[in-house]
Amino acid sequence: MTSILTYTFKTLPSTSQWAFRFSIRPLSCSSQLQAAPAAQPKSKKTLAKPNLRNIVVVDGVRIPFLLSGTSYKDLMPHDLARAALSGLLQRTSVPKEVVDYIIFGTVIQEVKTSNVAREAALGAGFSDKTPAHTVTMACISSNQAMTTGVGLIASGQSDVVVAGGVELMSDIPIRHSRKMRKMMLDLNKAKTLGQRLSLISKFRLNFLAPELPAVAEFSTNETMGHSADRLAAAFAVSRLEQDEYALRSHSLAKKAQDEGLLSDVVPFKVPGRDTVTKDNGIRPSSLEQMGKLKPAFVKPYGTVTAANSSFLTDGASAMLIMAEEKALAMGYKPKAYLRDFVYVSQDPKDQLLLGPTYATPKVLEKAGLTMNDIDAFEFHEAFSGQILANFKAMDSDWFAQNYMGRKAKVGAPPLEKFNNWGGSLSLGHPFGATGCRLVMAAAHRLRKEGGQFGLVAACAAGGQVRHGSFWKVIVLGWGEETGSSKNV
Amino acid sequence: MVASRAIGILRRFSNASRTLRCPGYICRNFTRSSALLSRTHINYGLKGDVAVVRINSPNSKVNTLNKELQAEFIEVMNEIWANDQVRSAVLISAKPGCFVAGADINMIASCKTPEEVRELSQEGQRMFEKLEKSTKPIVAAISGSCLGGGLEVSIPSAFDMMLTGRNIRADRAKRMGLVDQLVEPLGPGIKPPEERTVEYLEEVAVTFAKGLADKKISLKRNKGLMETFYLPGLTSFAMSIPFVREQVYKRVEEQVRKQTKGLYPAPLRIIDVVKTGLEQGKEAGYLAESQKFGELAMTKESKALIGLYHGQVVCKKNKFGTPQKEVKHLSVLGAGLMGAGIAQVSVDKGIKTTLKDATLGGLSRGQQQVFKGLNDKVKKKALTSFERDFIFSNLTGQLDYQGFEKSDMVIEAVFEDLNLKHKVLKEVEAVIPEHCIFASNTSALPINEIAAVSKRPEKVIGMHYFSPVDKMQLLEIITTEKTSKDTSASAVAVGLRQGKVIIVVKDGPGFYTTRCLAPMMSEVLRILQEGVGPKKLDSLTTSFGFPVGAATLVDEVGVDVAKHVSEDLGKAFGERFGGGSPELLKQMVSKGFLGRKSGKGFYVYQEGVKSKNLNSDMDSVLAGLQMPPKAEVSSDEDIQYRLVTRFVNEAALCLQEGILATPAEGDIGAVFGLGFPPCLGGPFRFVDLFGAQKVVDRLRKYEAAYGKQFTPCQLLIDHANSPNKKFYQ
Repeated sequence: MTSILTYTFKTLPSTSQWAFRFSIRPLSCSSQLQAAPAAQPKSKKTLAKPNLRNIVVVDGVRIPFLLSGTSYKDLMPHDLARAALSGLLQRTSVPKEVVDYIIFGTVIQEVKTSNVAREAALGAGFSDKTPAHTVTMACISSNQAMTTGVGLIASGQSDVVVAGGVELMSDIPIRHSRKMRKMMLDLNKAKTLGQRLSLISKFRLNFLAPELPAVAEFSTNETMGHSADRLAAAFAVSRLEQDEYALRSHSLAKKAQDEGLLSDVVPFKVPGRDTVTKDNGIRPSSLEQMGKLKPAFVKPYGTVTAANSSFLTDGASAMLIMAEEKALAMGYKPKAYLRDFVYVSQDPKDQLLLGPTYATPKVLEKAGLTMNDIDAFEFHEAFSGQILANFKAMDSDWFAQNYMGRKAKVGAPPLEKFNNWGGSLSLGHPFGATGCRLVMAAAHRLRKEGGQFGLVAACAAGGQVRHGSFWKVIVLGWGEETGSSKNV
Repeated sequence: MVASRAIGILRRFSNASRTLRCPGYICRNFTRSSALLSRTHINYGLKGDVAVVRINSPNSKVNTLNKELQAEFIEVMNEIWANDQVRSAVLISAKPGCFVAGADINMIASCKTPEEVRELSQEGQRMFEKLEKSTKPIVAAISGSCLGGGLEVSIPSAFDMMLTGRNIRADRAKRMGLVDQLVEPLGPGIKPPEERTVEYLEEVAVTFAKGLADKKISLKRNKGLMETFYLPGLTSFAMSIPFVREQVYKRVEEQVRKQTKGLYPAPLRIIDVVKTGLEQGKEAGYLAESQKFGELAMTKESKALIGLYHGQVVCKKNKFGTPQKEVKHLSVLGAGLMGAGIAQVSVDKGIKTTLKDATLGGLSRGQQQVFKGLNDKVKKKALTSFERDFIFSNLTGQLDYQGFEKSDMVIEAVFEDLNLKHKVLKEVEAVIPEHCIFASNTSALPINEIAAVSKRPEKVIGMHYFSPVDKMQLLEIITTEKTSKDTSASAVAVGLRQGKVIIVVKDGPGFYTTRCLAPMMSEVLRILQEGVGPKKLDSLTTSFGFPVGAATLVDEVGVDVAKHVSEDLGKAFGERFGGGSPELLKQMVSKGFLGRKSGKGFYVYQEGVKSKNLNSDMDSVLAGLQMPPKAEVSSDEDIQYRLVTRFVNEAALCLQEGILATPAEGDIGAVFGLGFPPCLGGPFRFVDLFGAQKVVDRLRKYEAAYGKQFTPCQLLIDHANSPNKKFYQ
């Protein structure tokens, strides 16, 4: 038993160790928020499409995102999802019976609650007549939940959909080895004592070695961090640049938290513990402190460290999506319109984390917008190196011409409009739940900063995805076209 | 250092004997510096206090160690050692994918005496010693192949790195302690991946070199090569006891003798050199090394293997040029051993392949063969399970001709029966598109007879693969008079993509390979009938250098196949192909002794049993067909030469009749396809090195005993009559 425990400990992600180390670091107060950019003429006023229903986000919430192994560690995934759903019910006061459908995204599944959407919905007091299903698409699982909902509404199947996502990295299904499982299953079928004994006699000690969920890409056997390090090297992103970007993320998140901008967070009374009210992974440090860390994946010369990577996180999010006319009829003032989205995929080995580069120009073209039209960018930050590599790729004519089949680069998003309230590096990244957080952050920022269009992008990989990383972009058309949303 | 270097050479030998890619004798060689005004192979620049030395042989895909490169290298290194501003150095190749491929074979081949080679070797040793004793840390940043002398340039360096290797994979090299750090190849970025990878490698290497010079990084190499690689479990302590050392030498020597049958002189000399180095000190070791190296370079074996290397290079080129249309979709008819093997070597090169068989059982067996071949690579960690699945998705199995309208080439591998081949050809021609090529995988049926029923004989060609297809490197392509040039170009292009070494021969019964083998096989039967047991015969042939014993070979090929071939060729060539009685094979087939595939032949084959036992039921068969041996030609040596000279005579006849275009293709075909002893270099090289006169004398001697079957062909007689005539000038 000891050996098993040791093994488990050894494979604990280094990120969480880092988390402990940094938890007492002093805060740095450097403010990097830029003044709002001068208003530019928009190339387009409305993204509404003829003969298609407008789809709106009524509201969205999330429970605080916590470092795994902290306050949520004794819970189960559906408990977190339940808390998010309850929070949504409370925030929107939506009558349970009008909800037509519930969809949740998750990545590492708890086998007892494989349809976690249904378990959580029942537990949160939704109607047992409301169907629910669970989707998975690596780190964009909740994006998939949202767009599935968009599809249901657009096609007229539903009017009101709840979409969300959940991830609990504090507890993951560690299995018996295949040999052990096989023996146990055979034992179940064995009828006589003799058969059982002969099966047991085949037992070997190594059967007890546990099987951990793979952190590596199934197709390439490469861990995400390793891939990010190679990506950073391919785009010549330095360690300092990565540390600076991570520091920016933490500083902006801290500022947003202090100013109460993260209004999608709902408090969660954890059974047997205190009420959790805010994210606990935001820890601005200093470049000196960050510079001391050793590379976490490519040793000893790599550039990706625990400090410039997103950490393992527990959390859940949920969002209420409706057909516009339904929302208005019910007296809601929608927070955002969900417009175009696109999923793209690439080679899982060398371009695993380059999705935003491919997806951004595509979705902009689809929506008839340019980079200049976008007021708020919300990109998922898996690693500093990944974000910066994407910036360089988007800003490279050579890359656009040789790998994307485009005539020219789309250009990198301006930093002053980019993840201004922190990102996955600082707020945390519960795989299945991040998508909804990104959309709500974009919606809230547009509201606060007075913009019209937001663009959300996220990268995902791993798991069952066979041939590439999947990315998605949602263009949020901020409602100028309907009077009701003007003052929201 | 002597020890580890010699082990490096040992390793290379094992590669050579297995793949016959690089001769086992190539070692380091450096010469006196000839004064060159400008540097063409090497340049260097400073990055802070780190000198970055870039190797880049002009007008070549690879860097090879030749005199000029070496001279420039010495010059540059001397400058670096003399320069106070330089505190460390990085050696790197400017060519992505190749550090140093080894010594220039032509340089060694051009040496006339052992002394010349020894001189080369000693110059090199002095250079390596200097590198080894360098006070400034030297980091070798290796991307791609690093063989022979290339490896030695990097080994003495204070610190090495390796990227992707070919023969030893990079991660294995790291575990062996050859390499200190690995840098993974990068994907697309701000520049083309190969370019940026080399740049990145250089950046990392420079950082290391700096770290070493500043003493911030220390080298931990606790395991020597001896322990990790060749003698597992032996600690350096044990090696310090003379008695243990003696035992180790003995064991290694025994093993080497067993593997080489004493036919390859190099490995034994290497052991001597290691021994000298360990027992009498470095200096003596170096001296012994250079002397032995000089001797070895002059041996016949060295010439034979270097000749094979050059022949192989020629047979890896498409002399017909680029085909008009690339083959993207291949269809293989017949999912037997050959058909599935052809499919396997195609799908893993990304060719969409359809495998068709007449029965579901046959098809499943074939699909399983392909899967197993790929899965074995997964077990050896040469592929990931994902890559296996992805490759396997290139294969479609079916029982009908659906989708054949998309085929660019069809290779049939159905049973060796002319009527069946005709039937298949007609069926296929009804469904394939205009441009599609029809290739027949047959070992003996003449292609023009198969093509006789074709509507478009210019698209018909022979592609003779060897079993097992995934292991045997040779592909014999057979063109008829009607085969178009583009059809040939396309067949060669497909073969090259499948990784084959290709000889192109003219059509005729048995083409080249089967035709050479048949008279030798006939002789095998006669020898068995004369009372020499299969085991004895096997040991006689393997000790002559054949990788597989003659009796075992019959079992492996299949007795029914051998019978088929001998009947067909017997009809075509008459008495000359006689020897043993055809009755022997007939009786074996009727008793079901078909060789390995039926579990019984000359030997008994059982699943899981490694040792081979004789098939006792064969005793009565052989006894019934016994022939009296002729004492004057039945010594062990005579038996060996009876086999080899019949082979060589038939090969020469093929060249004489124009079946073969060049002796080089004949040698490659014999060695790579039929297991002709590599140390002899092939039938034509053998005649050159052994002497045509001696070959003819032997043939005459056997002719006197057996008659026409041993009559030397005119070409051999011509060579014997004029000693200056050589197949290789």
